[in-house]
Amino acid sequence: MLKKRIIPCLDIKDGRTVKGINFVDIQDAGDPIELAKKYVEQGADELVFLDITATVENRKTLIELVTHIAEEINIPFTVGGGINSVEDVSNLIQAGADKVSVNSSAVKRPELIKEIAQKFGSQCVVVAVDTKFMDNEWMVFVHGGRTPTPLKTLDWVKQVERLGAGEILLTSMNNDGTKNGFSIDITNKVSEAVNIPVIASGGAGKSEHFKDVFEQTKATGGLAASIFHYSEIPIPELKDYLNKQEISIRL
Amino acid sequence: MIAIIKYNAGNIRSVQNALKRLGYDSIISDDREEILGADKVIFPGVGEASTAMQHLKEKGLDEVIKSVTQPFLGICLGLQLMCNKTDEGNTDCLGIFDTNVKLFPPDEKVPHMGWNSFTSIKGDLFKSIDKKDDVYYVHSYYAELCEDTAAICDYINPFSTALQKDNFYATQFHPEKSAKIGEQILKNFCTL
Repeated sequence: MLKKRIIPCLDIKDGRTVKGINFVDIQDAGDPIELAKKYVEQGADELVFLDITATVENRKTLIELVTHIAEEINIPFTVGGGINSVEDVSNLIQAGADKVSVNSSAVKRPELIKEIAQKFGSQCVVVAVDTKFMDNEWMVFVHGGRTPTPLKTLDWVKQVERLGAGEILLTSMNNDGTKNGFSIDITNKVSEAVNIPVIASGGAGKSEHFKDVFEQTKATGGLAASIFHYSEIPIPELKDYLNKQEISIRL
Repeated sequence: MIAIIKYNAGNIRSVQNALKRLGYDSIISDDREEILGADKVIFPGVGEASTAMQHLKEKGLDEVIKSVTQPFLGICLGLQLMCNKTDEGNTDCLGIFDTNVKLFPPDEKVPHMGWNSFTSIKGDLFKSIDKKDDVYYVHSYYAELCEDTAAICDYINPFSTALQKDNFYATQFHPEKSAKIGEQILKNFCTL
């Protein structure tokens, strides 16, 4: 049976992880490779690295980092942040990234999704969608959630599926940072609207939240950052809990 | 020395990285002599079948692959290209395995993406592997069951997730991305 995926997200700035962590056995908490290896050891099913600086000068640092990650890590990983062209994607894939995630640049120029899918296959195109519920409608936001767009979330996800996206990483801005749980409402709507896999993100604060989103929606993965960084929920504990709740999980 | 066949498909470096972690040297090559002279040959790949097949033919690699007598391992698109025919781009393939490749019907999420276990396994590749062990998949097309099926996975319908005929082995899943279980499977291949 296909397992639900638990996916830690690491924010990267100038080649270093941004949020501090408190794994006692990690020497250098800012080293993304040390942290990534720790997550792999703990049973993470995939990793997402998000470059939050993504300036031109930092691209080279990122490419070097991706090369090292690919040498060290034996599970799939996605790289996102500042990807604007097929060439950006090509550099990351050649360095060893399994997938790339696009967000603002795809909203600005949706054909980018099609171009990446045609050149590298749909399996490597993740479209990250930041969504916010306002005036009775789920709307798409870009630029890290700072800029509203006229796009309705359900229209946009169907469009990205048609353009060849292989997966959707859906973040509810209303839930992000609250630790009150994923948005069941929009995760359910999006995962019913498209036939590609959907990863739920934003709001995870305890193990029950993963159970809720896996039981009540068709999401096939759950992503979180801080709860894993700060060991609030260690991955083995989360997986053990989900297994006992009869959620199909890789142990 | 292990030769990894170079062609216009992604994911080739991942296989080299995985072999390196296991302590095996490899070369990425599209040279006939280098491929035929290697101890083992790996044919990885992520991409689109018709363009990959066309590239293999242009380089004469289709004939090279068929004449390999050493242990040979196809991965993902590699497995699909080793079958008779695929629905993807309606493409005639290498015909090493007597089966065809179909598109998953949209009864569940497609692509089949993530970790999944087996309903049956047999053969040298799966030494010390349990049916319950999970391996990593990402694919929209699958090989139908046939005489050469060495392992079965059930997603939407049962399909050949591993095939074996003589010296030719293939997996639909990605051993190079399947954590410790994948490493064991690669090691089993490398020690054939």
